[in-house]
Amino acid sequence: MSEQTTNPTYVLQGAAPLGADPVDLVLAGGVITEVRAAHSPVADDETAVDATGLVALPGLVDLHTHLREPGREDAETIVSGTRAAAVGGFTAVHAMANTTPVADTAGVVEQVWRIGRDAGWVDVHPVGAVSVGLEGHQLAEIGAMADSAARVRVFSDDGKCVWDPILMRRALEYVKAFDGVVAQHAQEPRLTEGAQMNEGVVSAELGLAGWPAVAEEAIIARDVLLAEHVGSRLHVCHLSTAGSVEIIRWAKGRGIDVTAEVTPHHLVLTDELARDYDPTFKVNPPLRTAADVEAVRQGLADGTIDIVATDHAPHTREDKDCEWAAAAFGMTGLETALSVVQQTMVDSGRMTWADVARVLSAAPARIGRIDEGPTAQGRPLEVGEPANVVLVDPAARRVVDGRSQATASTNTPFHGHELPGRVVATFLRGRATVLEGAPVEQVAGVRS
Amino acid sequence: MSSGPAVPSSEPTVTPEDPSDGVTTVLGEAEIARALTRIAHEVVERNKGAHDVVLLGIPTRGVPLAERLAERLATIEPGLVPADVVGELDVTMYRDDLHRHPVRTIGATRLPASGIDGKVVVLVDDVLFSGRTIRAALDAISDIGRPRAVQLAALVDRGHRELPIRPDYVGKNLPTSLSERVSVRLVETDGSPDDATGEPVTDAVLISQRPTSTSSEGTR
Amino acid sequence: MKHLLSTADLARADAIRILDTAAQMAATQSREIKKLPTLRGRTVVNLFFEDSTRTRISFETAAKRLSADVINFSAKGSSVSKGESLKDTALTLQAMGADAVVIRHQASGAPHTLAHAGWVEAAVVNAGDGMHQHPTQALLDAFTMRRHLVGRGAAGASIVGDPTGQDLAGLRIAVVGDVLHSRVARSNVHLLHTLGAQVTLVAPPTLVPVGVETWPCDVSYHLDEVLAETAPDAVMMLRVQRERMSGSGAGGGAFFPNPLEYTRNYGLDGRRLALLPDHTIVMHPGPMNRGLEISAEAADSPRAVIVEQVANGVAVRMAVLYLLLAGDASKERAGLE
Repeated sequence: MSEQTTNPTYVLQGAAPLGADPVDLVLAGGVITEVRAAHSPVADDETAVDATGLVALPGLVDLHTHLREPGREDAETIVSGTRAAAVGGFTAVHAMANTTPVADTAGVVEQVWRIGRDAGWVDVHPVGAVSVGLEGHQLAEIGAMADSAARVRVFSDDGKCVWDPILMRRALEYVKAFDGVVAQHAQEPRLTEGAQMNEGVVSAELGLAGWPAVAEEAIIARDVLLAEHVGSRLHVCHLSTAGSVEIIRWAKGRGIDVTAEVTPHHLVLTDELARDYDPTFKVNPPLRTAADVEAVRQGLADGTIDIVATDHAPHTREDKDCEWAAAAFGMTGLETALSVVQQTMVDSGRMTWADVARVLSAAPARIGRIDEGPTAQGRPLEVGEPANVVLVDPAARRVVDGRSQATASTNTPFHGHELPGRVVATFLRGRATVLEGAPVEQVAGVRS
Repeated sequence: MSSGPAVPSSEPTVTPEDPSDGVTTVLGEAEIARALTRIAHEVVERNKGAHDVVLLGIPTRGVPLAERLAERLATIEPGLVPADVVGELDVTMYRDDLHRHPVRTIGATRLPASGIDGKVVVLVDDVLFSGRTIRAALDAISDIGRPRAVQLAALVDRGHRELPIRPDYVGKNLPTSLSERVSVRLVETDGSPDDATGEPVTDAVLISQRPTSTSSEGTR
Repeated sequence: MKHLLSTADLARADAIRILDTAAQMAATQSREIKKLPTLRGRTVVNLFFEDSTRTRISFETAAKRLSADVINFSAKGSSVSKGESLKDTALTLQAMGADAVVIRHQASGAPHTLAHAGWVEAAVVNAGDGMHQHPTQALLDAFTMRRHLVGRGAAGASIVGDPTGQDLAGLRIAVVGDVLHSRVARSNVHLLHTLGAQVTLVAPPTLVPVGVETWPCDVSYHLDEVLAETAPDAVMMLRVQRERMSGSGAGGGAFFPNPLEYTRNYGLDGRRLALLPDHTIVMHPGPMNRGLEISAEAADSPRAVIVEQVANGVAVRMAVLYLLLAGDASKERAGLE
């Protein structure tokens, strides 16, 4: 209730909703209250934000974020990670379960949810583990997590594959009770023992153990058939190969209830980057070939792939400043995701800003079942909808500096690269979390 | 083709008479031949014969000079086979200035079949300058055998010694300033016809101002 | 040349220069006094994260014959085994003033990282990294081949001329065995190709890497065919590690059914030896599994140059250390690498 009196009424003047004709969007009381003609007069008690030339999108929703807390606060905390998310235009993130302790009980997910809520940068929706300790043996307390204050709907052992087919079947069935979804990290473990990078021409030359595409595709194929058999909802994390796109396309053609995500880095980077043994480019699933990059772009453009999710994976410097084999898998992505999607999909003419809103907001919110209720995300930019808005300057260009990002880690693969687009402002239920491209530290006690 | 200022190249190709380059011919073909003949006689004289003598040329131009001396010894000393008394001694790995230059290519070391133990080794080089090459050569010799004596023959002694080393046989003493460059041209090593003129190369000792396009200066 | 990390970085002229230099080094090693003063005052560190007594001794001998100071830094019994990072080890060596670091590491790319991360100024020599490269092994193999096979007169005459300055053009080389895990094979494929030889890899399909089709060589699964049809000038047998026979975990991951079947199909024995032309040499990087990839008859035959490979290893490593360390590094840095 307090936010209605503390937060100013913002008028986003001349913003182009989803890239359409400019209007003035009025945000008050946590919702979009009015859509006026562009550059209408502003009342004395309203705060004008010049959005001329900016595209307005619904607040972005990440279905796949590693916040590292609890356990690895030296790499990222819930506060630093969600601040980075806001800077990247997000208003909600799903925090993956592979923390220490693992998010496999109601206690852990509620703690993460609460810290996220208190930080106030974005809505934090914890992902629950499928199996106890991500060990792949015994189902975690999925029901308790679903019923907790965190209302967990997405379950994943991400980082590890739910390899045991019977465990996967049980999980798929069990989450039906509360319309949950199992998000699978598709990696056949026996085919990827010791794997370091994509198996192919480059791995053969570099002498790094290969991570074959089939290890991903075989699990996806099995899981879509399982989902069909038990009539459950399946989500495929960070799909990375042309073959995976084909399998998802086939499964959707059969009417199987499967959704799929691709990461920004798999939309643009290839395994050629491993040639200098720079562990910044070590990630799981690994960077694939140019043909795979083209296939996932195509899949995203034609709707086979439903969403873009960051798989933001911060790591300490010591985990990356070493020989390739000793380095940790993963790269950060929250602050570059929108730019990469703009570069690869919008600027190339393959997608519209409305499509971007779909793959980075509406669809992930729908998959996570956070698109309804008082904290609904991924809603259209219409009167009466929650005021979760991000303003993007599509004409801006910026050079990424890994050392000056909001995330606590520096392992961005785009350090030193120029990317298009810049998040100018982010609003979470009418409260500005980012203005002028910089995070807005909130007044203590104010919670949206 | 033009006979004007020489195009810089890796080999001495300048026309000696061209005054615009400041290159002067100090010894010509005939003088070099005469000097070698005289040295050969001095070697025989000094060593009371040539049968215990081994001539070791220091690459690059010391090697053909040693071979020419061996032929002359054979004409003085009947029965001497030139190939039996001549060899080459690469001193690269014994130099004290390796780290001051880009990596040098290592040459071959070949000794006559009879070796050098108990022999009189005459080191043969084209230009004697600082003496550092000879110092390296003395170290190299001590690693490959124990000669009775070591003597030194140089086609040109240009002075500026940095070590207590003096030649036993000299073709020509050539007082120079440090700003000058002395180069030796021999048909065996520099024999491909002049690029600019197509004329055959002849033996010569040249003197010029640094820096020049020539590369055959006796190494310091 | 600033570092020696991979044979893929070596141009033909670089490779020939190393072989020619090695020939001069080898000539000095028949003398009574084998030690040369060339690298006096230089410090070479042998940084071995993986046990390899042979390779370490070879590098140590090479460095000592050139009068360099040698420090052996073995992962066992050092802080490395207590979890010190490669970076901290490197910084330590830098502080000690190492001029060259010879590194053996189980992780592919570790020498590349050491050379390029900015931790050390020293020249880095890759003495074997994971499944990636072992460039001095390939160079000593090429040196051995050149010595035996280049300059041979027509019709298999046994007189070999001076190969200085020559490459391996026209030679046919069969490399047999565990190509997948072999840094020796990778190094040799690149180097031998650069030197003009024609390489055929022979292995069971399980031991050939995915992606091999882009390598500059032929691949065959049939040793008898290759020996009979290509009449190789050299046959190089690769070591088969015992663990390849069992695979990881609960079996099933083994790369071939059992040692007997491997030997039957890919071992070099007396019968296969008889298929070879008279001049063909038999090579092995050592250590050998007698009775597995090579029979005693083949290993001890007059064609086998395996012991000579070891001796040539010292000469080649002397040449590499000489070329990396003897010159003025600041002038070299502008050039290669």
